[in-house]
Amino acid sequence: MSRSEGTLKLVILAAIWTALLLAPNWMPLLGGYTALGTRVLVLGLAAMSVNFLLGFTGVLSFGHAAYFGLGAYGAGFCLKFLAPSTPLSLLCGMLLGGIAGALLGALIVRRRGVYFAMVTIAFGQVFYYIAFRWSSVTGGDDGLRGFSRQPLDFGLFSIDILSNPTYFYYFVLVCFALITAVMAFILRSPFGRTMIAIRENERRARFLGIPVERHIWIAFTLSCFFMGLAGALYALTNNFADPRGLHYSQSGDFVMMAVMGGMRTFWGPLLGAAVFVVLQDYLSSITINWMSFVGMLFVAVVLLFPRGILGVFGPRAKA
Amino acid sequence: MTQLLLFNVTNGLIIGAFYVLMALGLSLILNLSNVINFAHGGFLVIGGYIAYTITPYVGFWGALLIAPPLTAILGLIIERVLIRPLYGRDPLYSLLLTFGLAFIVEDGTRFIWGAQGKPVTIPAILAQPLSNEFFFITGYRLFMVAMVIIAVALLFGLLRYTRLGIRIRAGTLDLETVAAMGVNVRMLRSLNFAVGIFLAGLSGVLAAGQLGLEPTMGTGLLMPSFIAIIVGGVGSLTGTLLGGLLIGVASGVTAVYFPSASEAVMYVMMAIVLLVRPRGLLGEEGMMT
Repeated sequence: MSRSEGTLKLVILAAIWTALLLAPNWMPLLGGYTALGTRVLVLGLAAMSVNFLLGFTGVLSFGHAAYFGLGAYGAGFCLKFLAPSTPLSLLCGMLLGGIAGALLGALIVRRRGVYFAMVTIAFGQVFYYIAFRWSSVTGGDDGLRGFSRQPLDFGLFSIDILSNPTYFYYFVLVCFALITAVMAFILRSPFGRTMIAIRENERRARFLGIPVERHIWIAFTLSCFFMGLAGALYALTNNFADPRGLHYSQSGDFVMMAVMGGMRTFWGPLLGAAVFVVLQDYLSSITINWMSFVGMLFVAVVLLFPRGILGVFGPRAKA
Repeated sequence: MTQLLLFNVTNGLIIGAFYVLMALGLSLILNLSNVINFAHGGFLVIGGYIAYTITPYVGFWGALLIAPPLTAILGLIIERVLIRPLYGRDPLYSLLLTFGLAFIVEDGTRFIWGAQGKPVTIPAILAQPLSNEFFFITGYRLFMVAMVIIAVALLFGLLRYTRLGIRIRAGTLDLETVAAMGVNVRMLRSLNFAVGIFLAGLSGVLAAGQLGLEPTMGTGLLMPSFIAIIVGGVGSLTGTLLGGLLIGVASGVTAVYFPSASEAVMYVMMAIVLLVRPRGLLGEEGMMT
């Protein structure tokens, strides 16, 4: 990396964080609202978690919504039945999503390509059906209700993230910053480099003596932990866990966000999520046929911008 | 109890026959073109609604004859315009594209025909139960199973004995060599896609007569078809056939004892198969990786 490239990266990074930090200030000017910003941040984190696997390990999981939804239910169960504590609920959601991912991942990682995608979709649906059918515990089709996020208690003072959306936005932003920092750290580590090596040429990586299956399993599990945390944050955002959050069509949305933003870039999925969420919010307010428009967006992105918004500016890579 | 069990096994076999028709089409497209066709359920719905629309003019038999080819032609056009540019690219893209198509189809059918379920009238001769004791075996159900058997037999005959079928099977194993031997691979993929969509259209017409029509019915049938393919073994059409019937019967039997677990049992079966025999029941070594 040349020096000017490094400076450019720093400038972009500073711009992203400034925009995120000041979002509650500038979003209302453009007709947005703070809760929309929170949604973008949470779904962006989910899309980045999917992309951790998709863009950097080159493994197509189309069932990641399951771990997102598990995170949401985990947080909900914790707040409802265990203890009314926001940090604990995040931990519960993350563990539920991550552990489920670790177990199923062990079954899945030996498949590749389309077959990997098919198996991940099918296993993802298991959790959808459990949430949908086991209504005495999960609330079934109505979703899990009757819990709400709790003010953060630091002993001396507490921060009311429940009734103040701006405080909650900053709370989500702190979580987002922590997770993205962990992701960036992993991607820069030798392990992250190995993931990229597997993406670029799996056979060569295997010949170099890299245990490919184990690496993919670890990457899968890590991304499920991130996903679980994003799901837990989503449950806190809505004070509600929705079975449709586990459905494979939600997975499709996440993959779409990653692809639309640019799946070979670190920040692309966040941008994709922003575009997707804002567009969906807008379309569903003006037309009942928003599903068709989202479908057409899928078709258009695949045929016209397969490398995503950021991919267009980045160095040429094969799509 | 025996009758109840028999009732549910029969039910399971009939549902399984549906899964088989869907899954065979999906499997054909997956094997040759490496495309997971998420819109397959959408094509089923289109087939059903075409049948619903033309039944008043041509009757049920006419619809059965006309709707599947019409669906196949629509499939051919979509393959030509939207999916063909994606061959040879990361399978992610065709997956996303057909995923978007499924959205458009579901919303489009709702727009054109309304969200309400639509009944398709079946001929009176097929609507009667065969006997009082076996009230659940109506003529239509037998007819459906017969149609599925005929379709499957024709498909396997096509693959076994015709030039097109032999090329499809060869292309599944090694498309590059088939191309090198002078076969027009583009054409082959298009025809293969059309055959798969024809099967989806046929299951749509049959499903319309049994279950009535709703814009969302395709998505519900898609997931069991995926499982049928995975259980049966990717790359093996006989495996898909077996897988579809197995999960149909398994969910039918489970419905007797634990009604709420009738969907879960399919996933349990899939997990067991993947644990014990990762390539699926009849899958060939190496096809899954």
